[in-house]
Amino acid sequence: MAWTWFHRLASPPHIYRVAGRLMPWLAWPAAVLIVAGLIGGLVLAPPDYQQGDGYRIIYVHAPSAWMSLLVYTTMAVAAAIGLIWRMKVAHAVAASCAPIGASFTFAALVTGSLWGAPMWGTYWQWDPRLTSELILLLLYLGYMGLRSAFDDLQRADRASAVLAIVGVVNVPIIHYSVIWWNSLHQAPSVMRLGKPTMPPSMLFPLLMMLVGFTLFFGALLLVRLRGEVLSRERTASWIREALRP
Amino acid sequence: MTDSGAMRRDPAAHLGGQEAPKTRDARWQAGAASPLATARLVLARDLKLAFRKRSQLVQPLAFFAIVTTLFPLGVSPELPRLRPMAAGVVWAAALLSSLLALELLFRDDAQDGTLEQYALSGRSLTWLLAAKTAAHWLLTGLPLALMAPLAAIALGAPGAAVPGILASVAVGTVALSLIGSIGAGLTLGIRRSGALLSLLTLPLEIPVLIFGARATELAIDGAAYGVPLRLLGALAVLGLTLAPLAAAAAVRINLE
Repeated sequence: MAWTWFHRLASPPHIYRVAGRLMPWLAWPAAVLIVAGLIGGLVLAPPDYQQGDGYRIIYVHAPSAWMSLLVYTTMAVAAAIGLIWRMKVAHAVAASCAPIGASFTFAALVTGSLWGAPMWGTYWQWDPRLTSELILLLLYLGYMGLRSAFDDLQRADRASAVLAIVGVVNVPIIHYSVIWWNSLHQAPSVMRLGKPTMPPSMLFPLLMMLVGFTLFFGALLLVRLRGEVLSRERTASWIREALRP
Repeated sequence: MTDSGAMRRDPAAHLGGQEAPKTRDARWQAGAASPLATARLVLARDLKLAFRKRSQLVQPLAFFAIVTTLFPLGVSPELPRLRPMAAGVVWAAALLSSLLALELLFRDDAQDGTLEQYALSGRSLTWLLAAKTAAHWLLTGLPLALMAPLAAIALGAPGAAVPGILASVAVGTVALSLIGSIGAGLTLGIRRSGALLSLLTLPLEIPVLIFGARATELAIDGAAYGVPLRLLGALAVLGLTLAPLAAAAAVRINLE
């Protein structure tokens, strides 16, 4: 009995309704937290003694980088659930994750590169974090490319699920190999942020942005999931019912 | 497919056709063959078929030679300038050649229905695909490993580096073939899959490139290359345990 809620999630009309009802509960806190975090980070927090105001891009960069990994993990877990229990809704979740994750990864890359310009004196440095972020973007693109290459939706779902699972095994290996490669080849010229010695006035806005971005992803995922469910079920009869104003 | 006729073979021939020797035939049909014995039959068949199409065997090697030639032409013919790049060039070329050869891994067998027979045979598809991947490595990875030291020497590496380069490329291509088998399985049902296959496989192969190029570089410098070589070995073992499972899942999805 305890699992009925889980089984009900597999029903497209149910998930469509639940996602619609849940969405505002994630979206509004996300909006509040992001606005508050931005004010706290861009206006109230003091400038850094080394980097001046340049460090403030961290309030967008770090949450984006965090989301790029979180979304990939979510995608792989959803894909695994879909593959193991043959749950179509889980595949729809995985499919909805990919473009969001790719966008966050892209945002992390762009902000990282913009940060690099004043700090390192160059837009691009083969820094391990930037490099593994770039590889992660390629993994997302490969996932989306594989999905779109199939005409048959079920085949696309299952093949891309295998790829997502293989990728999630590989992501840590790629990450550590890139760190290892970097520590061998790079002259220690990169200026590093003093690790977690951030004063609370800088740290709190960052935490708010992290939580805000996570909730924002949740809300975005629900919106995309509803669209995905609609397009997958476009021939089903419940849709007429659900879309009636 | 330019050469059909003699090359087209009966998909089920080695599963128990009349041409197959009696003993193997009997063993297969009686279901007595262990997964390993079955795998050995598949390995032998793949090798035999490959040696009937020698030109296909030579292509990845020729491609490897061409890619390594591009660098002296594009950068500089001076060995002192080429030597620091030699490891990277050799490995990038090895990655690309193994990628080129991947399309051959399952394509013919998927087209003529052999893979379907494998999936329906009741044997473990994982073992059968592991055997196919092993054959693929013997036909592309091993020759590449034998050629890589020559290319490195042409790029200015000393003769003493040969064992290190040979070992690192030989071990690294095992991992490349295994990772590639997943990508080849996933793109089985897709027409003109070349670009997609490289987008899927190359990011996953980056650790192999890093450790492989490092081992080769250390070998060229005359330093101890044991650590990256062992890491390469670890990647190969990890691939050996997991990749055939994923490849079998991927092939099954595409056969359904």
